[in-house]
Amino acid sequence: MTRVSVILLLVLIGCALSLVTSRHHARRLFVELTREQAQARQYETEYGQLSLEQSTWGMPARVEKIAREALRMQPPGPGRVEVVELPGATR
Amino acid sequence: MNAAAQMRRPRVAPAPPDMLSRPRALWLFGLLALLFVVLLGRSLHLQWFDNDFLQGQGAARSSRAMEIPAHRGRIVDRFGDALAISTPVKSLWAFPDQLGATPAEMAALATILDTTPQKLAARLKADEDFAFLARGLAPETAERAMALRIKGLNEQNEYRRYYPGGEVTAHIVGFTGDQDRGQEGMELSQQAWLGGAPGSRRVVINRRGDVVEDVAAIRAPRAGRDLALSIDSRLQYLAFRELKAAVEAQKADAGGLVVLDAHSGEILALANWPTYNPNSRNKVARDKMRNRALTDTFEPGSTMKPFTIATALEAGIVRPDTVIHTEAGALTIGPNTIHDAHPAGPLTVEQVIQKSSNVGAAKIGLQLPPATLWTMFSEAGFGTPPATGFPGEVSGRLRAAKTWKPIEQATMSYGHGLSVNLVQMARAYTIFATDGELKPVTLLKTDGPVAGRPVIKPETARAVRHMLELAAQPGGTAPKAQVPGYRVGGKTGTARKNEGGQYTHAYVSSFVGLAPASNPRLIVAVMLDNPKAGDYYGGTVAGPVFAAVMGGALRLLAVPTDAPVDNVVLPPPGADIKEET
Repeated sequence: MTRVSVILLLVLIGCALSLVTSRHHARRLFVELTREQAQARQYETEYGQLSLEQSTWGMPARVEKIAREALRMQPPGPGRVEVVELPGATR
Repeated sequence: MNAAAQMRRPRVAPAPPDMLSRPRALWLFGLLALLFVVLLGRSLHLQWFDNDFLQGQGAARSSRAMEIPAHRGRIVDRFGDALAISTPVKSLWAFPDQLGATPAEMAALATILDTTPQKLAARLKADEDFAFLARGLAPETAERAMALRIKGLNEQNEYRRYYPGGEVTAHIVGFTGDQDRGQEGMELSQQAWLGGAPGSRRVVINRRGDVVEDVAAIRAPRAGRDLALSIDSRLQYLAFRELKAAVEAQKADAGGLVVLDAHSGEILALANWPTYNPNSRNKVARDKMRNRALTDTFEPGSTMKPFTIATALEAGIVRPDTVIHTEAGALTIGPNTIHDAHPAGPLTVEQVIQKSSNVGAAKIGLQLPPATLWTMFSEAGFGTPPATGFPGEVSGRLRAAKTWKPIEQATMSYGHGLSVNLVQMARAYTIFATDGELKPVTLLKTDGPVAGRPVIKPETARAVRHMLELAAQPGGTAPKAQVPGYRVGGKTGTARKNEGGQYTHAYVSSFVGLAPASNPRLIVAVMLDNPKAGDYYGGTVAGPVFAAVMGGALRLLAVPTDAPVDNVVLPPPGADIKEET
């Protein structure tokens, strides 16, 4: 009877300790998860800013201004355009 | 052993005098026991019955409800380029009476915020209870300001909406107002789709303030979704540029331009002038914010004639080569007379469109029962809102057929006595661009061709398309609408503006056309309000805008040419381009 009690007591202590460690483990993982989530939000923000930047730089109005003024480009006249049909292309 | 005897003496004493008597000891024991019972009872009570208060206090020290911000979705064009995007910014605020900043700190803060201490002081004075010192700061700037550790200075996270397209896409996209809620345009009508709902969750924090455990999600955050519009940024810019140039050159009050995909009904471009910059709209007149192409109506004039002709062709009353006598340019109905400004002799039905004869169109229209004409107009979408998903779009005016008097039926045959908006007009022309199907128009991206509703027979659609082609050639009213390399067709419209029931001397000049005529891909509708530079005929004022936009758009979309590049034949200089008003 005493021996059974002692074994049960040991099992109980083991359980209690494992609960403590797993609890600790869970918290550590959770802290890590929060950090990763914050990181993800940060990336999302950065993506937003970069795509905003891309859109701003790539606006046709700006592209045309640079092409016309800085690069001195102009659209080809109708006589200088040749239409080439791709062989086998279906339209 | 005197000492020993002395020590022994108390032991043998029968009862020490300071010892408690037995009843007193029992009393005392009872009292102490009672106190313990009271304490035990109280603790049991706190533990089991009256535990709300203490648990609440404990939770307040270790668990918090944490706000999870939700992002508003982006608005992108059909290729995914951003037209509206939210980025996080910070605002600095303070309770003015609690702000303990030294003059030196204020000066440092002013430097970081790129302002003067005087301006900051003025902001603090403006409202005694609460003041924003700066709004919409870049996160790095706010961080530097907070690093000054000024007592009573707080920061707050916000989102700011940016519009890379600026004034080019302003009318379509609209803008958001307070708290990132849509206020105009697609931002308003798609609020439910774009707007996110911030979430909240309960977490346990340690004494350093780090979150250590997620207890429960009170409300899951819902991020806003991205919205893809049907707009093609390249065509939108092209349309905007050409419209702006035309409005300025023609000294017009306003203008609108719509580019429609004839197969899918998608609006590829929708430009308005005047416009505004949605990124800084502090002092913009409401007037400039109107998306005129959808929210304003005008009397279309001759651009309605093809629908009258199509009805007559469908009813079998005329054929394209039937000759109509145009009565030397004047047709009297009761007390009213309809005029052709440039009287011609007998015209075929084709030539009525080509030369845009009012008398011809009226005579054909009068041969039809009013209900038949009304049904065609209605089926072509006049009198009903275009249902693009844009807020505030109007339906235009198309009165019930049984109220039509003969003179009204005659004028409606050439586009007076009813009103339309520009998108409606472009949509109606889908029946000529396809084989007679009216396509639903939309501002949202759609995949592939969309089934329309058949309105007229394919033969009728092709016959009218041929007439439209004639109108955009020498001998027609709009030779300036020709595009190198492509066959185009279209119809001019020149209508006197009706203000308060009186026709004024101001005109609305318009042009609606399609190309390539062999298999139409695009419909472009242009409208200029009150051009004051001398010309006002649709063919002269709106036709060249159509040609520039259509030509550029077909090239950008790499649509195969269906004509030699030297197909543009202009009438000799000085030749009068005849057109009715």
